[in-house]
Amino acid sequence: MAERTNRRFGRILVFVYGLFALAATARSLVQLATQYHLAPAAYWVSLFSGIVYCVATWALATNRRRVAIAAVAVELAGVLVIGTLSQPDDVDRSTVWSTYGNGYGYVPLVLPFVGLWWLWRTGRLSSSTP
Amino acid sequence: MSLLHLVLSVLCALVALRLVYLIVRDRQLDDPTFYALLALEAGLVVQLVVGIVRLSGPHAGVNVAAYVGYLLGALVILPVGFVWAAAEKSRSGTGVLLVAVIVLPVLFLRLHDLWEATRG
Repeated sequence: MAERTNRRFGRILVFVYGLFALAATARSLVQLATQYHLAPAAYWVSLFSGIVYCVATWALATNRRRVAIAAVAVELAGVLVIGTLSQPDDVDRSTVWSTYGNGYGYVPLVLPFVGLWWLWRTGRLSSSTP
Repeated sequence: MSLLHLVLSVLCALVALRLVYLIVRDRQLDDPTFYALLALEAGLVVQLVVGIVRLSGPHAGVNVAAYVGYLLGALVILPVGFVWAAAEKSRSGTGVLLVAVIVLPVLFLRLHDLWEATRG
């Protein structure tokens, strides 16, 4: 039996994921609703990132390990790809993942690594404890 | 609004220090800290009212949707954090509240920047 993903340190991790779910989703909805014509593609990426954070938050909070691993992996790919493609001075097209999340203290870049580490750590206990 | 944000930021910092102390000593959330969190939340309600009153005046250049989004978002963080932390009677539960009071001043800065766009 693996340790639950929403206990101990996981409690804090889920809360941080929840904050980003709120931030990214709300941000994308504001962008799509008020300035859609400026950069529609960027805002759909923005919404996608919000959904990914929502799924990751829900999966980690309810101990759905497989879904959580998939969501965090997509999140990691997203922040690396968007972070590499984005232009630092292109504020109108910015998403949570732009320039590796520097608008959010680079937490979006660190978070997926912490998430994967936590999933690995909580899962590993299953084999070490009889 | 700047004065309110200054007061709220100081309160956040004091509560954060208290929470760090509770975490280090491995103690549960006590009444004074809980009341401080309540006061903080009351201050965030005041922030919402002040923000909306401000928006009823001249505000050319302000991203209103984002501004209101931050005002409302700031309101939900402490209650959600408190409920989420309540089910974890350990250092990590207190850690959740610590994250919450660290994030709030960041939102104050964002609100400030969004409003300053009027002068840009």
